[in-house]
Amino acid sequence: MASETLDCVGLYCPMPIVKTAQKMKELKPGDVLEVVADDKGIKQDMPAWCKATGNECLSIKEEGSEIHVFVKKT
Amino acid sequence: MPEQKEKLTIVMFSGDLDKALAAFTIATTAASMGMEVSIFFTFWGLNIIKKNDAKLKANNFARRMLNIINRGGTRRMTISKYNMMGLGTSMMKGLMKDVKMPSVDEYITMAHEMGIKMIACSTTCDVMGIPEEAFRPEVTVKAGAAYYLGEAREAKVSLFI
Repeated sequence: MASETLDCVGLYCPMPIVKTAQKMKELKPGDVLEVVADDKGIKQDMPAWCKATGNECLSIKEEGSEIHVFVKKT
Repeated sequence: MPEQKEKLTIVMFSGDLDKALAAFTIATTAASMGMEVSIFFTFWGLNIIKKNDAKLKANNFARRMLNIINRGGTRRMTISKYNMMGLGTSMMKGLMKDVKMPSVDEYITMAHEMGIKMIACSTTCDVMGIPEEAFRPEVTVKAGAAYYLGEAREAKVSLFI
């Protein structure tokens, strides 16, 4: 489902968000980016980032210690 | 249609390592959210943006003394509490490396790439006798309080760190 994956495991705020912003610039509208992180802060950070930038936060799934966030570029 | 970007201004008065990292964390996050960010370095904050090997000649005794004890540069930055003659700072740097937190140098490079404006306070430079060549290339402008306020009055968020 995701067009691309961004591995941010081991990185803490704000790096997952900063890297997401950089990666999203490369994607086309409609593309879905899967961000994998283990910093729990991303559960709040990503929806906030999406709200501020007008992108869509599709889902946040926790798989063990990893959090998979699916973000759609609008 | 270009939308008006929200502005964030930060006055970086402190030269402490921990405070600088907090400032850059907020600045880069704001930039990644589409905000237009400018950071005004003044007083001790100038130490953050001086080159590590900056030549600081000065025209009077007080300035020469100041430039010896206040050399500046990211290499010499310390945390604001528990520095304990450098031991606290080393330990804190170790902890931050563990979680892969960017160093101030890395943050400055990142900020520059993200278009964050880094500005040196011209008055403080004159007070302390710091020449333009002493600053890193990422610092583009030397400006005063009026320029800062020009940005701040249009800014949605303004911080003093």
